[in-house]
Amino acid sequence: MTRSRGILSGALGILLLGVLWEGYKAIGPGDGGVINGLTVLPRANDLAMPHLVTMFTRLFEPVTAAPGSPTLWSAVVQAAGFSLGVAAVGWLVGVIVGLVLAVVMQRFRTAESALLPWVVLSQTVPLIALAPLVAGIGAQVRFGEARWQDWMSVALIASYLAFFPVSVGALRGLESPDRAHVELMRTYAAGWWNTLVSLRLPASIPYLLPAMRLAAANAVIGTVVAEVSIGLRGGVGRMMIEYASASSGDPGKPWAPIFGAVAIGLIAAGLVAAIGWALRGYRRGEVVA
Amino acid sequence: MSDAVTVSGASKVFPLARGQQVVALEAIDLAVAPGEFVSLIGPSGCGKSTLLRLIADLETPTAGTIEVFGKTARQARIDQDYGIAFQQAGLLPWRTVTANIELPLQLHGVGKGMRAARAAELLELVGLSDFADRYPDQLSGGMQQRVAIARSLAESPELLLMDEPFGALDEMTRERMQDELVRLCAETGAAVVFVTHSIPEAVFLSDRVVVMSPRPGRILEIVPVRLGGSGKREDGLREATEFFAAVTAVREALHGVPSADVRGVPSADVRGVPSADVRGVETR
Repeated sequence: MTRSRGILSGALGILLLGVLWEGYKAIGPGDGGVINGLTVLPRANDLAMPHLVTMFTRLFEPVTAAPGSPTLWSAVVQAAGFSLGVAAVGWLVGVIVGLVLAVVMQRFRTAESALLPWVVLSQTVPLIALAPLVAGIGAQVRFGEARWQDWMSVALIASYLAFFPVSVGALRGLESPDRAHVELMRTYAAGWWNTLVSLRLPASIPYLLPAMRLAAANAVIGTVVAEVSIGLRGGVGRMMIEYASASSGDPGKPWAPIFGAVAIGLIAAGLVAAIGWALRGYRRGEVVA
Repeated sequence: MSDAVTVSGASKVFPLARGQQVVALEAIDLAVAPGEFVSLIGPSGCGKSTLLRLIADLETPTAGTIEVFGKTARQARIDQDYGIAFQQAGLLPWRTVTANIELPLQLHGVGKGMRAARAAELLELVGLSDFADRYPDQLSGGMQQRVAIARSLAESPELLLMDEPFGALDEMTRERMQDELVRLCAETGAAVVFVTHSIPEAVFLSDRVVVMSPRPGRILEIVPVRLGGSGKREDGLREATEFFAAVTAVREALHGVPSADVRGVPSADVRGVPSADVRGVETR
């Protein structure tokens, strides 16, 4: 019952967005309403705001007019799959690094005061500035025969965005057990490791899951932006740039990779929700969202 | 055999901000024999919980020594010589009832089969066999506390430390739990140090009641009770004359009223005393 209502209201939300888009397009000024030479509103013409129908029908046409060109949607699906893979690697690395940092900060109070400011500061560095730097340093890294690949730079940047919510959330979670529980472990003469495994980690899961969802969103954004910044081919980020140049003659085309990016975000959120479902035993007492 | 607990000259001072300090306990001497049930009673701030925490090695004394079965409190904790239960059941919400009882055994490397057998045995003992696979949030407060007590008994300790374990329960549940605790103690033969602020509870359960006073926490008096013989206390005892006599004795020790000749002796005087709740003390 509540589930079907959730799906219904979700569909309604999407519908409303579409109605708003088409509604503004119907009544908005095509040139954006120029006053004193300044454009004050978004342009509502077909180039700036194509009809929704244009965006969707474009998906089922070939990418280019060249013979043998695949349909646009299949190209987007391929690119989105590639980006999702890179984002997943970045997410995984980010979650592991975030967890390790949280455990270290929980274990050593001094580490918390030494590390936490840097963790927060790390998120203020602009991604665009960081990406070429990482790629540049990465290009000089070699592991024997194996070379550093550009996709690794992208995954690294994704993980850089992903680790932050995990480290902060996990730290709160690890410190969440009641004093009574911590003392109980002490009366069992349980050491740090046993207390971590039997008490702190399970107790941190309700804090960890929302953090992992944030991390997933961050990893996707990081991947797309880093693909643009580094110029990695194959993903939706690069595709957006390529297709944007076609927008003057083909306004529906640039929207395809945007839909692809949205789909990646939804899939990533869904995967984290699946993890949450698998760990539902550790979320007892938590209000089911 | 050495005493279950020997506290000699123990003090505990908690430092506060700006160099001030609180003397929680001052020069405490107490011995608990094996198998003996001793209650600590007193108003808030008299240090009864602190004393229990010293015995449990959750705090260290500022002065004096604590011995548990002839070892230091720390060694006794490491050797798991005691089981402990707090006012809050403190069950881990993600573990089933069985898994909660198995927790101490699991931490100490007891094998899976042994753990399951012991948990089943303890669940039987506290009458919760039908709830083995439930989660704590599916149990009432009284049931949770019974699980916590079963958990404290998991490693068959010779000493049980209980810090107001029935404090959060309603009166009916509380009396039933007291009956069960008496039975459990008789069956396991464990010594118990029991913190409470209920006089009737202390009198009903104990062999001796340690009456404490606050600021600084000291032992005012130790009232021998031992009603009905260990393990033979039944519900009818709550209405017996000697029960009320003992309640009066403890209350007077607590309130500092001269009580030299009434302690533990049923006399006409004592029987004549109006029921204690008239005078604002909990009697049920």
